[in-house]
Amino acid sequence: MTALAAVERLEKRYPLTRGVVLRRRLGEVSAVDDVSLAVEEGESLGIVGESGSGKTTLARILINLVEPTSGVVRYRGEDVTHARGAALRALRRERQMVFQDPADSLNPRRTVGAAIAEPFAIHGLLPERSTRARRVAELLEQVGLEPAHANRYPHELSGGMRQRVGIARAIALGPRLLVADEPVSALDVSIQAQILTLLRDLRRDLSLTLVLIAHDLAVVRHMCERVAVMRAGRLVELATAEELYRAPREAYTRELLAAVPRIPAFEGAAPGGRQSSPDSSSSSSSST
Amino acid sequence: MSDAEAVLRVEDLRVAFDTRDGLLQAVDGVSFAVARGRTLGIVGESGSGKTVAATTAMGLVRGARVRTSGRVLLDGEDLLGASPERLRALRGATIAMVFQDPLSALHPLLRVGAQIEEAVRAHRDVGRAAARARTLELLEHVAIPDARRRRDAYPHELSGGMRQRAMIAMALANEPRVLIADEPTTALDVTVQAQILALLRRLRDELGMAMVLITHDLGVVAETADEVAVMYAGRIVEQAPAAELFAAPQHPYTWGLLRSTPRLEAAVGADLVAIPGRPPSLLQPPSGCRFHPRCPYVRERHREVDPALEPLAAGPDHRVACLLPEAERQALWARLAAGATPEQARAAAAGGSEEAAR
Amino acid sequence: MAAYILRRVLWGLVLLVLVSALTFVVFYVLPSADPAQLRAGRSASPETLAQIRESLGLNESLPSQFWTFLTSLMLHADLGYSYFSGASVGSLLIDRLPATLALTLGALVLWLLVAVPVGVLAAVRRGTWVDKLTTGGAVLGISMPVYWLGLVALYLFSDDIGLIPLLPGAGAYVPLTEDPGAWFAALVLPWLVLASTFTAVYARLLRGNMIEVLSEDYVRTARAKGLSERRVVLRHGLRAAATPLVTLAGLDVGLLLGGAVLVETVFNIPGIGSLSYDAIVNADYPVIQGTVLLAACFVIVANIVVDILYAYLDPRVREA
Repeated sequence: MTALAAVERLEKRYPLTRGVVLRRRLGEVSAVDDVSLAVEEGESLGIVGESGSGKTTLARILINLVEPTSGVVRYRGEDVTHARGAALRALRRERQMVFQDPADSLNPRRTVGAAIAEPFAIHGLLPERSTRARRVAELLEQVGLEPAHANRYPHELSGGMRQRVGIARAIALGPRLLVADEPVSALDVSIQAQILTLLRDLRRDLSLTLVLIAHDLAVVRHMCERVAVMRAGRLVELATAEELYRAPREAYTRELLAAVPRIPAFEGAAPGGRQSSPDSSSSSSSST
Repeated sequence: MSDAEAVLRVEDLRVAFDTRDGLLQAVDGVSFAVARGRTLGIVGESGSGKTVAATTAMGLVRGARVRTSGRVLLDGEDLLGASPERLRALRGATIAMVFQDPLSALHPLLRVGAQIEEAVRAHRDVGRAAARARTLELLEHVAIPDARRRRDAYPHELSGGMRQRAMIAMALANEPRVLIADEPTTALDVTVQAQILALLRRLRDELGMAMVLITHDLGVVAETADEVAVMYAGRIVEQAPAAELFAAPQHPYTWGLLRSTPRLEAAVGADLVAIPGRPPSLLQPPSGCRFHPRCPYVRERHREVDPALEPLAAGPDHRVACLLPEAERQALWARLAAGATPEQARAAAAGGSEEAAR
Repeated sequence: MAAYILRRVLWGLVLLVLVSALTFVVFYVLPSADPAQLRAGRSASPETLAQIRESLGLNESLPSQFWTFLTSLMLHADLGYSYFSGASVGSLLIDRLPATLALTLGALVLWLLVAVPVGVLAAVRRGTWVDKLTTGGAVLGISMPVYWLGLVALYLFSDDIGLIPLLPGAGAYVPLTEDPGAWFAALVLPWLVLASTFTAVYARLLRGNMIEVLSEDYVRTARAKGLSERRVVLRHGLRAAATPLVTLAGLDVGLLLGGAVLVETVFNIPGIGSLSYDAIVNADYPVIQGTVLLAACFVIVANIVVDILYAYLDPRVREA
């Protein structure tokens, strides 16, 4: 099947300059270096890497937040690398992003409800206040918050709740592709699981395609069916989660995996066999 | 641990802040001890009080609005009652601390070498040349490549890993007996984290230090700590040797942490079980057991009675602050470890009281 | 670092040319009156007017006038001639510069010597009476108009009209070379008056910066190392908190060198400020133009110096 979104031979280079007045070019730094990647519809793809690996830049180029230096960005097979205006706006409805720190991406002077309703205003949808308010309340409930939270300001909410708001805003327009850039890195451990479970459930309920960017290998393993490993702008390895974690091919991947501190195993059950609730994503292992 | 063995012993430490909104009890009766060459890992999330406990132990938490009680014994000497001069003499010399974010913890306008020299000369009567030589020695000891050049670098000119090594070098300048590391690797990449942890282990062994490692990362604690204390809402809720904590944890919060942390060993797509709710406000902590609003196994009594940290029947090394009977806890954990959700585990445990008795 | 400095200096030169061009437009092109007439002063003979026209090249095209203007300015440092005063503008400025320099630099030393300890103390003893006193004093200092304060100072302390004859009054200025004692005595009151506002502003600014800096992580680290409180506050705290003050001081000095008009006028000090004042009152065009150019020049230089100083003080800036 055609991939939902893809990048081909993507390059993003930034010039290294010295000086404010007379900018001398010292050279270039390659944030993304010849990366080709396809995201299949309905899958959950993880992109892991350390700082400077280019994973965030790649994700932003994928949804046209950043323009590449060269290469092609595709959505539904079409070349959208230089999409503009109305075409770009239409694309925005289909592809959304959840950011790492909702405190940074939520306007502190607007209520949470206003933040979630903003996409509607921008795209000229749901012009009536009552319908819009109802939809906002629905979205809040979908992400595990109360409708009453719509009147709160970001600073009145905890980190986890703010992240839920960020997610609500991202799914407001009913996108097909959701890119989550380190969605739980800034959260406490006990809240991380809540947000990850929420993302998983939403993906299932809304038939989303999820691209998850993270530095935490365990998080990616938990959430994703396929994993791409990036290093210094290059795509080092791409495999199913199962393969990557069980038998990594590249030395760098092995190095990354070896470096993760291990919690001693405590699960009595055999791998793959869980007695957890039936609606869990056990189907995911077959949809690779 | 006898007094003779413990280099650092904290007894019933309580720290409260007088804020506009009331009294915030950040640390509420914390006790632990660390011996030479051993590492105590303190695990907790934000608001657990772990950082406040550590910085208070260093005597760094002061001010008109702070109320401290309890004892912090460093080689038998109470730091909380010590004079400011005595504290200053001990800090950086006998007890040292490494902080979380080396970019903000190092002075941005002073060269790294100069900052380390300062630490040396604050406690030893040596000249500049000797201090500089010692600085070079320290930087090489923490495996900073090209140490001679890096010595004169500014913090922002170094990578995250090198900055943290420099911080460690600075903390070890006077060969302290106790090293407190507050989230030393949280801001670092995973490969760098592994190197820094290995470095800390090596240095601890070489210098025979007692180390306190504060972190939110259970994996880090599993690999680096000998003993673990789990903190929640200003208290220690479970304390045990590391191996035992992970093999047979006894507190519902610990279970929650273990079951909610994604692990590489888990099956792909295995479920995470989140702890519901959020960490409590320290201005108005919950009545009774502090964890009860989020505990899946809560009983009526837990809302009223505040459990104390008590040793298990099996051995005094493992202590838990929980009102559930020990046998019941073991049964619950057995189910949780096998993959049951808290609801399933609770149902199974309640369904057969004969099982709980077994 | 050297590259950084070079860049700043080059950019400064560019700015100087731009400022000259702007001055040219303002003083040559914009006025509707006859440029020669404007420069000649009130009562000028036709010969003078013709002479002016010739020297300024007013009969030629604008661009060539500008070129004449620019070359005589840059290459010969020729700022024109004041027919009113009967001297070249350049010589007038040079004559007056020492007094302004003395006033400015003396005030600078004074206000820094007072503001820094006060600011640090207020921050360290935050909330106590020391803090409240300095804050109150700061508000007072900022609120008092400089010329009013000058007059009050004269009425209180000058030996000719004052209640408590302590110090020389207005017009007592003598050059340093002539009589150092009298020079100093004449400048005491002006220094105090000029410094008052700045002391207040700087003390408050430093206090704010110090409070912020003392709560930073690196100060906590300094304490954790076991450094003496004094070292923590000064070497770690003040070092970081003072950087913005240094740049501000540079800019303020740049501005003051262009003439502390109010203080110079009240105390009758023969500096650039009083020169500008007199020139405006007497419509002495060339001198006005000269003082404007000089003031602009000082500001540009001050900016360059401040940029360089900042890069020296804060290594993080150097890459930019």
